Amino acid sequence: MLATVWFLLWGLLWAVYFMLGGFDLGLGVVQPFVARSEEDRRLIGQAMGPYWNGNEVWLIAAGGVTFAAFPTTYAVMFSGLYAALMLILFGLILRGVALEFRHLGSGSGWKSLWDACLFVGSLLPAFLLGVAFANIFQGIPIDENGVFQGSLLTLLNPYGLLGGLLFLLLFVEHGTLWLALKTTGTLHDQAARLAKGLWWVLAATAVGFLVATWFATRLYANYLENPMLFSVPIVLIPALTVGALFAMRFFAARNHWGRAWVASALTIVGATFFGVVGLYPNMLPSSLNPTYSLTVHNASSSPLTLKIMLVVAVIFVPIVLAYQGWAYRLFHRKVSLDEAAYAYEEA
Amino acid sequence: MDALFLSRLQFAAATYFHFLFVPLTLGLSILIAVMETKFARSGDDEYQRMAKFWGKIFLINFAVGVVTGITLEFQFGTNWSRYSRYVGDIFGSLLAIEATAAFFLESTFIAVWALTWNRLSAKAHAVTIWLVAFASNLSAVWILTANAWMHHPVGYTLRGGRAELTDFLAVVTQPFAWHTILHTLSGAYILSGMFVMGVSAYHLLRRQHVSFFSRSFRMGTVMALIFSVVAVVHGHVQGSEVARVQPSKLAAMESLWETKQRAPQYLLVIPDEKRERNRLELGALPGVLSLLAYHDVNATVRGLKDFPKEDRPPVTLTFLAFRLMIGLGFLFPVLALWAWWKRHRLLESPRLLKVMLYSIPLPYLACQAGWTVTEVGRQPWVVYGVMRTSDAVSPIAASQVAVSLTAFIVVYSLLGLVAFVLMARYAKRGPAMETAQS
Repeated sequence: MLATVWFLLWGLLWAVYFMLGGFDLGLGVVQPFVARSEEDRRLIGQAMGPYWNGNEVWLIAAGGVTFAAFPTTYAVMFSGLYAALMLILFGLILRGVALEFRHLGSGSGWKSLWDACLFVGSLLPAFLLGVAFANIFQGIPIDENGVFQGSLLTLLNPYGLLGGLLFLLLFVEHGTLWLALKTTGTLHDQAARLAKGLWWVLAATAVGFLVATWFATRLYANYLENPMLFSVPIVLIPALTVGALFAMRFFAARNHWGRAWVASALTIVGATFFGVVGLYPNMLPSSLNPTYSLTVHNASSSPLTLKIMLVVAVIFVPIVLAYQGWAYRLFHRKVSLDEAAYAYEEA
Repeated sequence: MDALFLSRLQFAAATYFHFLFVPLTLGLSILIAVMETKFARSGDDEYQRMAKFWGKIFLINFAVGVVTGITLEFQFGTNWSRYSRYVGDIFGSLLAIEATAAFFLESTFIAVWALTWNRLSAKAHAVTIWLVAFASNLSAVWILTANAWMHHPVGYTLRGGRAELTDFLAVVTQPFAWHTILHTLSGAYILSGMFVMGVSAYHLLRRQHVSFFSRSFRMGTVMALIFSVVAVVHGHVQGSEVARVQPSKLAAMESLWETKQRAPQYLLVIPDEKRERNRLELGALPGVLSLLAYHDVNATVRGLKDFPKEDRPPVTLTFLAFRLMIGLGFLFPVLALWAWWKRHRLLESPRLLKVMLYSIPLPYLACQAGWTVTEVGRQPWVVYGVMRTSDAVSPIAASQVAVSLTAFIVVYSLLGLVAFVLMARYAKRGPAMETAQS
């Protein structure tokens, strides 16, 4: 029971990271395509500036909770996906530094160097997180000792690549909606147009992914076989996800960018939960032999640790949400260059 | 070269590099918070300009600290999966608590602080930097508690092929953890104080922004003086804790081969690891090692030969790093006291200023040496007495690690270079441009 609660929290933490980190990753990817001038680039930087750092901690929390609540999953997942994870980490280093260092120099070479780092450093994690999770949904070649029998190329199979594309599009759409929400003028128009157009590509990819999921994974079968999943989640989660996907387009068409962004956030959370819950009770299914799979039960920590961690989570997660929410409200205004804050002063 | 060796190199490189940036974050955040508090109380806007100037340098340093910290958390999984599986129940939960209880706070409020100079009142703005300072230090407390557990595992039982938590309170309240915390934080505060003194000295030597940098210098002096004394006094206490808990590390720190009653402290030693003896031992102070380690001149100190060869840490490296740290550790209170003595006559003391300027790297060296003693001295164990480092490594191909290690070296070297150049540029420029712009 305790392990199942933690399984849901585990999924939730990843979902929250995808939802929050997703928009700044997406913005990093979309930046070269919507920014027409140095001013645009600075505005885009400001649209991420107050948030990216706090957003990224959700990844650290998700990693930490994987380590604490499911140490075996943590061990197998990150050593198995070694190359992919290293690329993600290097990407995150590059983009983090790019966001903080770009405005500290003034040469055009300096700026384009960090623009390139921001793009690559955002693209790699956005895409590879999708590849990783699609592969987890599909099952990865782990043997009875939890040793990964494959390479980075094993992960780059058609379904994995489709998952990567889906995540990338979800994040880019999410980031573009955020940009439309935070800006005015031509940059806003640019973002708005892109968000509306991109939605169709996203929707098509999502449908393609759902169909491919039928053939490539056991998620649907698991929903149908497992009575606990068959009842509420199978109706609720897809309904929420698909509903949110359409709501995104609906609000975007009416220029309600805040609502469109919330719909996009719900789509991401819903999609993550659809996959994660569909795994239950597995966490890392083995594609070699189902009995080698890591499950909620054989990969979890001791009951004492799970209990202590639950107390910590119950106390601190609401506090974190409260002050992060406060910080989001503090910077709710649209970004502008007149309000050149201390942190963005040029060198 | 196998995956184990490469993974060790990679982890060492990543942690050494990360810890070049951590100490300044821990101490400078507090100094900036004090500056802002003084501004909020007195309205003297020089304090605000101080906070802004040091804040710029702080932000550059902070950014590198954060991005290099993330890779550390995940490296336990990527390179040390068998360790992770074995101790995740305890070690993993401490890391997770760190993220939830401290790192969120730090990362959220650093952005709030950096972006609300014109928006929040002086008091509220001071609160945000206090939160950053509090959270980053709290973060260190959790991480160091986790690290201390690797040195002195408590509150667990071995069950089902892993260490399971039995007593959380024992883990978070054990003296070894508190010694590690106090010592590491002291080192960080010395480094931060001396950093501020050194940069200030640069400008005072040029007689520019005299009031601004005299104040900064004095604040740095107070911090460095207090904690360099704490580090020496407490370092001794911690040393005796190591003697009690990790006798093989103590033997390596002192390059003591034979078990001795009334063990002497030598002034000069040259270890000869191959022949299991010292090439040179000069200036014996009889019984002093026994006294220092066990507070009893007649106490027996175990020598390295008392431990099976496969249980001994690398001696020369541990020994040299320890001597380097101790030497610097005794130098710092002297420097800080000298600066304190001259604190109202700084412009007339160019020699002091020059020494302080060129001393900026010294506490960095001391911190790295200290971690070398701690971590190399723990070998061959990853969890002292419980799990060997060689049993902790992931079952992964060496080629993979070779590639990632190369990437780490390339990326971190460039990153280090950029960060250094940026910090040096802002430090040299001083506050004038800053005020012209804001």
